[in-house]
Amino acid sequence: MMLALLTLWLLSVLIFLGGHLLPGNVGRAMLGPLADQAAVDVLNHEMGTDRPLLVQYLDWIAGFLTGDLGQSYAYRSPVAPFLMTALLNSAKLAAVAFVLVVPLGILGGVVAALYRGRAADRILSVVGLSATVVPEFVSGIVLILIFGIWLRWFPISATWVDGAGPLTQLYHLILPAIPLVLILFGYIARMARAGMIEALDADYTRTAVLKGLSYPKVIWRHVLRNALLPTISVIATQTVYLIGGLVVIEILFHYQGIGSLIYTAAKKKDFPMLQAGVMSIGALFALTTFLADLLYARLNPRIRFGGRE
Amino acid sequence: MTDLPTPVEAAAPEHGWRDDLRRLRGSVSFVVGAVIVLFWVGCAVFGQSLVPFDPFADDLMNSLMPPSSEHWFGTDQLGRDVFSRVIVGARDILTVAPIATLLSTILGTALGLTMGYFGGLIDEVSSRLVDAVLALPTVIVALLALTALGTSTFTVLVVIAFSFAPIIARTVRSAVLSEVSLDYVAAAELRRENTLYILFIEILPNVMPPILVETTVRLGYAIFTVATLSFIGFGIQPPSPDWGLSISANYGLIGGGFWWAVLFDCLAIASLVVGINLVADGMESTLND
Repeated sequence: MMLALLTLWLLSVLIFLGGHLLPGNVGRAMLGPLADQAAVDVLNHEMGTDRPLLVQYLDWIAGFLTGDLGQSYAYRSPVAPFLMTALLNSAKLAAVAFVLVVPLGILGGVVAALYRGRAADRILSVVGLSATVVPEFVSGIVLILIFGIWLRWFPISATWVDGAGPLTQLYHLILPAIPLVLILFGYIARMARAGMIEALDADYTRTAVLKGLSYPKVIWRHVLRNALLPTISVIATQTVYLIGGLVVIEILFHYQGIGSLIYTAAKKKDFPMLQAGVMSIGALFALTTFLADLLYARLNPRIRFGGRE
Repeated sequence: MTDLPTPVEAAAPEHGWRDDLRRLRGSVSFVVGAVIVLFWVGCAVFGQSLVPFDPFADDLMNSLMPPSSEHWFGTDQLGRDVFSRVIVGARDILTVAPIATLLSTILGTALGLTMGYFGGLIDEVSSRLVDAVLALPTVIVALLALTALGTSTFTVLVVIAFSFAPIIARTVRSAVLSEVSLDYVAAAELRRENTLYILFIEILPNVMPPILVETTVRLGYAIFTVATLSFIGFGIQPPSPDWGLSISANYGLIGGGFWWAVLFDCLAIASLVVGINLVADGMESTLND
């Protein structure tokens, strides 16, 4: 937990400095080179961008902790509502991707481990590895071509009409989720395979077999539970990489999520929006890491927080 | 008889490399991957002089023509020959991505050697910084940096170098940790060798295999990242026939049925990254034996 907070703090400094590398005259940048100097000064004063860096940083962090994320330069209105809508939309897309990829990845890893060294294992590993390195926009466009335009099975835009039911929303999100599934499948399958192999070779598995348990029972009760522990931490760290992929996917499928928010903010040089977007990803990373640690401890009888020694 | 080679010293490393190479040639993934990668490297180097059309020449009378015997992959919006553009399109990405990877390898190796060798506070502090950098996806870091510094190939290089270096550092660090307790390091320390000598002359050659594998894997991701940044307009800039850039300029047309303007660029990117990954996969399973 401390580690996650420390990481988050370092990240906030990096992000803040990143946003302030640009020579600081925000008012001039917004009003353009022809604007009156007095107007620029007034605007800078209003937005607080004429204060020392440290003061601005502390103010930004304090605002972040109290839910005040500042004013967007581009929209001249608070950042928070934009961010909330975007996060909610991205969460839906990410949820669809996770619901598809976690069982698939684990299944792939388990099958590969059970057929270790044979054709199924090699094919799964090469396919998984290859899928992991093809950029999302490439697989996304090929998917749009095949399933959106040639076969017409899925809509090519992820945005649904207002008031659409959950099923319609889901229908719109399946095609955008698949490139993310492809990226994550390889990672999850590789970790699940490694965990499975370690558990299969462990003494307790041999004991379970030797005491006469049936094969499915051994796999289900003794191997899987131990094998999937490391996979949980991988799934947690990959969440963040999933967000990197969201930038491209959301642009490609015209979807208003956190990725397209960050992209638009970057295009418009809207630093408060950009910083808030990037910082929320950092916070998300810290949160998922923390939750994964908790889940790990919950599933692993050898780790108990605050337990008796 | 002074010019006789000293057989033991000369033969040992040569044998090691030959042996590795021979075993690599036996790896199917390595060979297939290497053929794909070499094909694209060939296109990047010689493509411009071999292609049937000038990849930059507009021909508005013949825009968006489907693939034919004259234009094998059809023509794009401006009537440029897609086949020629795909071949020459390998050039920029195969310049930027390897340089970025090389920079990150140098940085990451130096950092990893230091972290692993000294341990203690240096290791603690650097590990935390590494974690902080790894907490963000590279594309996001790049967007932040490119917005702050302005879009340029140099910034892309620096961003990739700095975001990949920690990953390489982590690999190098764990490889170094298993080396520092070995006798040869202690011997070098007893001889009072310079620290830099111990790090780069004694330890580095022994941790080369994992560095080579990690560098190859990173090269794949550097291409991934450069292509993605070019696609969203923050990477390689027009009028380059770069694949990501061409896809970005033409993907709006696929709804109209003009699939050839993007599909071949997509296949080019996919084949290159998969090829590099196959090479890395072959190297990993061969060198780790």
